[in-house]
Amino acid sequence: MIGELYMTGNIIEIENLTMRFNLAQEQFSGLKDLIIMASKGKLKFNEFYALKNVMLKIKKGEAWGIIGRNGSGKSTLLKLISGIYTPTSGAIKVKGTIAPLIELGAGFDPELTARENIFLNGAVLGYSHRFMQDHFDKIVNFSELEQFIDVPIKNFSSGMVARLGFSIATMVKADILIIDEILAVGDANFQEKCYKRMCNMMENGTTVLFVSHNVKDVEKICKKVLWLEHGQIKMVGNSNEVCQSYQNEMKE
Amino acid sequence: MKNECLWKSLYKYRFLLKELISRDLKIKYRRSFLGYLWSLMNPLLMMWVLTLVFSYIFRFDIPNYPLYLIIGQTIFGFFSESTTVAMMSIIDNAPLLKKVYVPQFIFPLSRVLSSFVTMIFSLIAILIVMLITDVPFKLTLLALPLPLLFTLLFSVGVGMLISAVTVYLRDVMHLYSIVLTAWSFLTPIFYPISIVPANIRWVLQYNPLYYFIDYFRQIVLYNTLPNVQTTVFCFELSIAAIVIGAIVFNKLQKNFLLYT
Repeated sequence: MIGELYMTGNIIEIENLTMRFNLAQEQFSGLKDLIIMASKGKLKFNEFYALKNVMLKIKKGEAWGIIGRNGSGKSTLLKLISGIYTPTSGAIKVKGTIAPLIELGAGFDPELTARENIFLNGAVLGYSHRFMQDHFDKIVNFSELEQFIDVPIKNFSSGMVARLGFSIATMVKADILIIDEILAVGDANFQEKCYKRMCNMMENGTTVLFVSHNVKDVEKICKKVLWLEHGQIKMVGNSNEVCQSYQNEMKE
Repeated sequence: MKNECLWKSLYKYRFLLKELISRDLKIKYRRSFLGYLWSLMNPLLMMWVLTLVFSYIFRFDIPNYPLYLIIGQTIFGFFSESTTVAMMSIIDNAPLLKKVYVPQFIFPLSRVLSSFVTMIFSLIAILIVMLITDVPFKLTLLALPLPLLFTLLFSVGVGMLISAVTVYLRDVMHLYSIVLTAWSFLTPIFYPISIVPANIRWVLQYNPLYYFIDYFRQIVLYNTLPNVQTTVFCFELSIAAIVIGAIVFNKLQKNFLLYT
């Protein structure tokens, strides 16, 4: 399977991907209700398709933007690629390591300090204490959080958490970098710094998946864009074309 | 990614396991003055209280009662603490699970292992009691890792089972402490087996912890080595717990994220 991916130069291959969630229709308040409803055959679930028949091939070193309205399935797609969810049907093939930055705080423990979280997060991504020790200074430096390094994360602002998450995820050299919305909370200076680093990584062959509601940012960073609507692909192609039609539709 | 075999993912995430264990230990004694010393003091103080109670109020005819008591307490205490913290492991780590792929069994496993580390500390308490009560140190003590291993494997199995079930059925959270209380009374921790009426003694036969504690006592208290049959039986019990725990966990883990 991995051999195939090498041949085609694709780092991610997604075929007929479908993700279905069962939303509980009625909230049962206890065992009694549950039994009564189950025996009456009333325990139904609302099926909800977060993604439907998505096909996508991503080549190594490409930067892909994913756009769409709230609830169109962007985060679900990224979570499937990272292996957090198992697809209802279809297949995902991923070659290489992933550094996921999905939503705020890419796997931090709020009780622990920034220092401890750097090591925890590194271990989550599969790196040893020693490796993280070697890169520790660079991570702290980039995040500009020297002053707060021994403060528990729970006291951090969302921007500070995003800084830390981004610094860790980009310091460990993963093959695929997933960035979901997290840059929106950073200030302009830090955003600029992040874009520079992402471009740098892409030059070195890192594949980037980038979700943002800011279409300008997507256009700036990504060559290719995937537009999702109601869990299905609405449009896929070069970034300027897709972004243009997306913006046109948003204006209507 | 999900189909990676257990050992492979255990190896791949060994750093995480280490990090999680040290996190648990750090958080446990954060802001307490005596810190790790509590792992030692706790069993000693508890033993002291119970010894007083059972020497003056109820009397059991057990030679070297303090040692008898602290062994039972240490083993059962480890089991009950480790499975209780493992029970909440998936729910507590939901924020992490929702954002990164991590093999989920690592959470109950790390919690049981961090309790195990604490328990190893409290073995020093047993050592102290042995010194005070003039129990001879014989070569049989070398077999001590065996009952510890049995209890560890058994607790990992129960921990995985209960952590998975609790995600779907939060009632388990409230019920488990009651189950543990009943379980502790059905385990000869502070009483001798001889006081159990013959017609209900069969209940003890279905209690794996009874065998593990007895194994430990044979080695430390009576300086005898349990026979091969007993050893194999204890092994089977602990392996069975792990296998059942792993099967149930594997079945239930698919939908954890939707329920946490």
